[in-house]
Amino acid sequence: MAAKSNLINMALCLTAVCLVCAAVLGVTYAVTCEPIAAAAAAEAQASIAKVLPAGGEISEEIASDAEGVDGYFVQSDAEGAVTAYAVKSTTGGFGGPLTLMVGVLPDGTVFNTSVLSHSETPGLGAKCTEEKSGFREQWKGFAGALSVKKDGGDVDAITASTITSRAYTKAVTQAVALVQTLAAPSEPTVIPSEPTVIPSEATVIPSEAKESKTEEDHQ
Amino acid sequence: MSKLSLITKGLLKENPTFVLVLGMCPTLATTTSAMNGLEMGLATMFVLILSNIVISLIAPVVPDKVHIPVYIVVIATFVTVLQLLMQAYTPAVYKTLGLFIPLIVVNCIILGRAEAFANKNGVWDSALDGIGIGLGFTLSLTVIGIVREVLGSGAIFGWKFISGDGMLAFVMAPGAFIVLGYLMVLFNKIAKK
Repeated sequence: MAAKSNLINMALCLTAVCLVCAAVLGVTYAVTCEPIAAAAAAEAQASIAKVLPAGGEISEEIASDAEGVDGYFVQSDAEGAVTAYAVKSTTGGFGGPLTLMVGVLPDGTVFNTSVLSHSETPGLGAKCTEEKSGFREQWKGFAGALSVKKDGGDVDAITASTITSRAYTKAVTQAVALVQTLAAPSEPTVIPSEPTVIPSEATVIPSEAKESKTEEDHQ
Repeated sequence: MSKLSLITKGLLKENPTFVLVLGMCPTLATTTSAMNGLEMGLATMFVLILSNIVISLIAPVVPDKVHIPVYIVVIATFVTVLQLLMQAYTPAVYKTLGLFIPLIVVNCIILGRAEAFANKNGVWDSALDGIGIGLGFTLSLTVIGIVREVLGSGAIFGWKFISGDGMLAFVMAPGAFIVLGYLMVLFNKIAKK
């Protein structure tokens, strides 16, 4: 079959094969570069739109150094008033990092949630990705105490997946906490309607007020 | 060897999963549902056919001592092309199969066919061999996926026919080994007749 090997033909052959392969890859990359970026952007947009009320302008991603939050998006109506936030929140799940997109209204109510990436057990914790399950439905408009029922809160955990449910709840908590610090100075009238969260808000407002002001400037 | 038998031998006599027992890593890991198995099989088949064709073309001029690195570079190129294409046009599928797409490079079915068939045969025969083995792999993975999905989730190709859970063990790693083992016994019993 193959030709007899010597140093020159081995070097030539490897060089030629690598050059051709590199060229093929270069062309493929050039062709697919745009569709890949478009697909990634469409996916990000879809995940944001899914957790926010319909309509309104969605901002560019804003970086955040709040605990567990990678970044967030602000949705505003035609007059520029903030109508909702979409927060990308990460916690440690059962099998690895669990990243959620959490839509939160300015008053701290959860609008909807969606899973961006996870490594939970298939058939158990991975049920948190099933959109029509009771676990996911309960998050729409959720405003109760943010911890699973086993820990004294209002969240119904997924059967046999308490760790995943706790992680999910914690990710939502992080998102809500961020939104409360963001929304608190501009929406002071809303606070009384949320009796369960007053203590945490009261402690948060003074220290975070400066920071949230600069966030407002960004917009 | 007739052209047709080049294809059918991949399905039965040289079935890569149940007879040659090659490429077990994707076989066990990606067959959690029928659809995943089918997609993984098709992705592997794409690389297998193209690498068989190219390797059968270049084999006569490749010096013997460097033939493995050359084959691997060719295979890796096709895998990367596939990966980019999937990311661009089927992002959802790419997300499910994820890590196992780049791992097609080290799938021993592909290097195995290059060594055992493509470098000694013509382009046309090598392409048919790629199709045959590829179909055999795809069908095997789909069958394992169907069994695991039916038992583990009570569904078939995503269509659920029971409410609630199936036997969860079949969706996880132990179930993969159990299903593969029983299917292998069944397959070899039928194939021997």
